[in-house]
Amino acid sequence: MTQQEFLAKFAAQFEETDPSTITIDTKFREIDEWSSMVVLVIIAMVDEEFSLKLTGDDIKKSTTVHDLYMIVSSKK
Amino acid sequence: MKAYLKHLSVYLPGKSFTNQEINEKFPGWEVDKISKITGIYNRHIAATDEFASDMAVKVAKQLFDENAIDPATIDFVILCTQNPDYFLPSTACIIQDSLNIPTSAGALDINLGSSGYIYGLGLAKGLIYAGIARNILFLTADTYSKFIHPADKSDRTIFGDAATATIVSADPGVAEILDFDFGTDGKGAENLILKRGGMRYPHTDNEEVIFDEYGNARNENYLFMNGTEIFNFTSQNVPGLVANVLAKNKYSLEDVDLFIFHQANKFMLTHLRKKIKIPDEKFYVDMEDCGNTVCSTIPIALQRAMSKTNLGKGSKVLLAGFGVGYSWGGCIVAF
Repeated sequence: MTQQEFLAKFAAQFEETDPSTITIDTKFREIDEWSSMVVLVIIAMVDEEFSLKLTGDDIKKSTTVHDLYMIVSSKK
Repeated sequence: MKAYLKHLSVYLPGKSFTNQEINEKFPGWEVDKISKITGIYNRHIAATDEFASDMAVKVAKQLFDENAIDPATIDFVILCTQNPDYFLPSTACIIQDSLNIPTSAGALDINLGSSGYIYGLGLAKGLIYAGIARNILFLTADTYSKFIHPADKSDRTIFGDAATATIVSADPGVAEILDFDFGTDGKGAENLILKRGGMRYPHTDNEEVIFDEYGNARNENYLFMNGTEIFNFTSQNVPGLVANVLAKNKYSLEDVDLFIFHQANKFMLTHLRKKIKIPDEKFYVDMEDCGNTVCSTIPIALQRAMSKTNLGKGSKVLLAGFGVGYSWGGCIVAF
C-alpha cells in the first residue's frame, strides 16, 4: 500500500468534504466533518481495504494523515 | 434426543424515544445523520416504574395467551438480564411466582448481554439433553436505558429496552436447535462496563460526565461503551465465530439460508456482512424502530424474519451474538 493509495482511501470516507482538500499532512482532527462516527468509518476502511486493525489508541497517538499511514504500514 | 424452539413472543415498552426528541434535547448533534449510519431511528423505553421482571412477566403472559400454553407445563425458567430487580433473590424466582409456574420448576437468572440469547438456548438444550427439563421458558429482559447518563447522547441514541419469551422444548416445535460455538475474552471487560453499583465499587454522588475525544461519555455510575474497541472486537472475532458454528454443524456458508446477528447497529453489521462475504439477501437487519435491545435483539429479529421472509421448513438459520464481556456465541436453528 502506497501513501497515495492510503490518502485516497482515507479521503474517500468523508461524505461532505472535498477530497482534494485533504493532504497527507492534513491534521485530521481539524477536518470539519471529523467525528466519532468518522473514526469508526476509517477503522472499518482500514480493515476492509488493507485487512489491518487500526485501534482507538493508534488514532489517539496520531495528528496527521501521514501519522496514520505510518502506523498502518508498520502493521503489515 | 432433540431440542426445539417452539414459541416466541416480543414485548416493546409503549414509550418511544424518537429522533425528533433527540434533536430537541441535543440541538446541533444532527441525529438523522447518525441514524443513516447506525440504522436506528427510534427506541422503546421502559417506564420509570417498569423493570425487568415486569417486562418479563408481561411478555410471558403474552406468549401463554398467544399459544394457549398452561403455565403448569413449564418445568424450568431461565431469565437473561443485566438489569435484575435485586441482587437477591434471582428475578426468575419472582417471575415463577407471578406466572403461577409450578414450584417444582427450576428457575435462575443468567447475567449476559448481547451473547445472552445464544447462551440461554445452549443451556436450555443442555437441560433437555440431560433429562432435567422438557419445557423451558427462556426470557430476555433489559432496561439499559436506566443505566445511561442523560447527557450520553451516543448511547441514548443506540440502546432500547425490550423483553422476549421463548419456549425451548423436547417436544417438536418450529425449529430444531443444532450445534453451538461459544467464546469469552475478559480482556475486553473495561470497554463495555458499568463500573459502580456492584460489590467492588459502590455508587457515588458524582453526576458529572466527561467526554473523551471520541464522544464516549464517562461517568462510573453509568454505562460506558468504547465504540472503537467494541467495533474492532466484533470485526476480529465474529468471522471466526461464524466459521466455527458452520464447522460444528458441518455446513458451508452457502448451506445457510439466513444469518441473524446481534442487531447492534447497521454500520457494524454491514462491515461484518462484507467481511464474512454473506450475500445481502441472506443477511437479516431489522432494528430501525427499536435499536440495540441487548440480549433481546436476536429473538426480535428472528420473530420478524419468521413473519416477514420466506423462512419455512428446511430453512437453516445461523444466529450469532457478541458483546459485553467480551462474550460471544452462535448456533444453527433448522426449520
